[in-house]
Amino acid sequence: MVDFIRFTVNGLVGGSFYALLALGLAVIFGMLRVVNFAHGAFYMLGAFGAYMFVNEFGLDFWLALAVVPVALGLVGIVIERAFVHRLTRLDPLYNFLLTFGLTLILQDVVKARYTVSSVTIPPPYPLAADANLGLFHFPAYRVFVFVFAVAVCAGVWWLLARTRIGMVVRASTERPELTRAFGIDVSRWVTPVFGFGIGLAALSGVLAAPTRAISPLMGADLIIVVFAVVVIGGLGSIFGSVLAGFAIGLIQAWGEAYAPAIVSQVLVFLVMAGVLLWRPSGLFGREEQMA
Amino acid sequence: MTTQTDLKPARRPPVGPLLGRVARLPKAGQAGLLALGVGVAVWLPNGIYSGVAMDMLCWALFAVSVDLLLGYTGLLSFGHAAFWGTAAYSTALLAVHAHVVFPIAVLAGAGASAVLALPIGYLAVRRTGIYFAMVTLAFAQMVYYVANEWRSVTGGENGLQGVPRELFGLDLSDTYYLYYAALPIAAAGLFAAWRIVNSPFGRVLVSIRDNPARTRALGYSVRRYKITAFVLSAFLAGLGGGLFAIAHGFVSLDTVHWTTSGEAVIVVVLGGIGTLWGGVIGSVLLVWLEDRLSVAGFTLVGLITGSIFVVVVLAFRRGIWGTVRALFHRERDGRR
Repeated sequence: MVDFIRFTVNGLVGGSFYALLALGLAVIFGMLRVVNFAHGAFYMLGAFGAYMFVNEFGLDFWLALAVVPVALGLVGIVIERAFVHRLTRLDPLYNFLLTFGLTLILQDVVKARYTVSSVTIPPPYPLAADANLGLFHFPAYRVFVFVFAVAVCAGVWWLLARTRIGMVVRASTERPELTRAFGIDVSRWVTPVFGFGIGLAALSGVLAAPTRAISPLMGADLIIVVFAVVVIGGLGSIFGSVLAGFAIGLIQAWGEAYAPAIVSQVLVFLVMAGVLLWRPSGLFGREEQMA
Repeated sequence: MTTQTDLKPARRPPVGPLLGRVARLPKAGQAGLLALGVGVAVWLPNGIYSGVAMDMLCWALFAVSVDLLLGYTGLLSFGHAAFWGTAAYSTALLAVHAHVVFPIAVLAGAGASAVLALPIGYLAVRRTGIYFAMVTLAFAQMVYYVANEWRSVTGGENGLQGVPRELFGLDLSDTYYLYYAALPIAAAGLFAAWRIVNSPFGRVLVSIRDNPARTRALGYSVRRYKITAFVLSAFLAGLGGGLFAIAHGFVSLDTVHWTTSGEAVIVVVLGGIGTLWGGVIGSVLLVWLEDRLSVAGFTLVGLITGSIFVVVVLAFRRGIWGTVRALFHRERDGRR
């Protein structure tokens, strides 16, 4: 039983990264109808950003957590203006392809500097030790990751549900034409929302840095699982995407504990297959027109 | 599926579908280009290193298979490495363990991919557009994980080594001769793709691409056509993948990696979506470029292919063949 709870906590921590990445993907998709393949690349850049802050500049990890997402969010804004923006009136597949190309470039730029081998950074002070969770001890930093991720998701939810900016974003996500008809300039919000989504990806990368091997390929492998997550949750639904992120984290952790390795890695895709059979538009997605 | 959706006009993307119309060159031009293509294909290993020529052959099949879906059915499969790789592994296993002659092994490998494509296609066509791309990508990643973990069969990270090239005692150890032994298979695959595209079946696919709702109203089972196209496409990709395994003598995890899926799409976009032969040209160019880069000792291939992708998607969406065709037809809608 204690073991089961430990696996569950582990799953919630792993799910935190899925949830944050899915959140960013869903926010960007909602506003721009763009599925951002480069999301994984920015997660990876966030992790390397944390590594640079800690190991190369000798700065504090917490400073990286504050600065790196903002800096990469600004890079996202530049990318939106320079590239993504030019293709938003075309078939959304073009932007998927564009961000795929950007991913290859970003990966190789990092590879050129750090090669393919991975690096690590230690958990930051004062969370380096294990925390006593009553039943068992658990790395304190990982507990922080979960709490922080839930807080960020709640914060974004608050932003979307309770503020005027959020209202505009939700309105233009669901009924872009109607929102324009109300005299709201939807296009003004597109670029900042893209930057915000990229910032979320970078934030999860920084968060992940002390817990995982940091390598140029870490993002793309992860983002494909996140694609399965958002297909399961329904990309149109921000709430559904976040929830599916945590759920998949749990399922993977339980699978790793109780099933052979091959099953645990394949599990998420089997869940996706089941969802496609049962509710093709995702558990929380709205029905799209199907042919 | 409510009747209401049936009656509504199809919601179309604001600036037309991903690609142009099915336009063809004048008859004389077609014959001339066909002769040129055959000539180049026959001459190829005399002009360049035969291993590179062989790769071009395999990738041409791969690209055509992706274009069959992307260009003619309007489905972007971002997981075709699953079929390329599955066929590569299956072919190699047959050749290594059962010493099957290579054409049969390649055909069986392609068959294995087609079988795999049935459930994946069945599930994937339940979504369209960008979701279809994500779903195929995810399933391909599943195949990758299986190949990685199932070490007793696939060799995991070491891959499958020592794939023989058997053909009734003929000595094919020189890739130069293997190229000519493989050329008929590749030609048959390309011909089949051309026949599919120009058949009534292919017309239905194009009509699904352009207006799925209307196609269904005409009484065609859109879903069944899409699945059939998906399976046929997987078979063609499998032919390429199987030949690739025979040509290289080993199969690595790279064959099922998502970068391979992505490269197949790059090649098609570079050559021109919905042009069939464009994919062949794109393959030849990319294989040649990657060979030049590796000869030069340049390892950051993604930097180059990624940049090509970005530039093509931003500024050259018609691709090479699409541009040539547009010159022939003097089409002037520069927005494409």
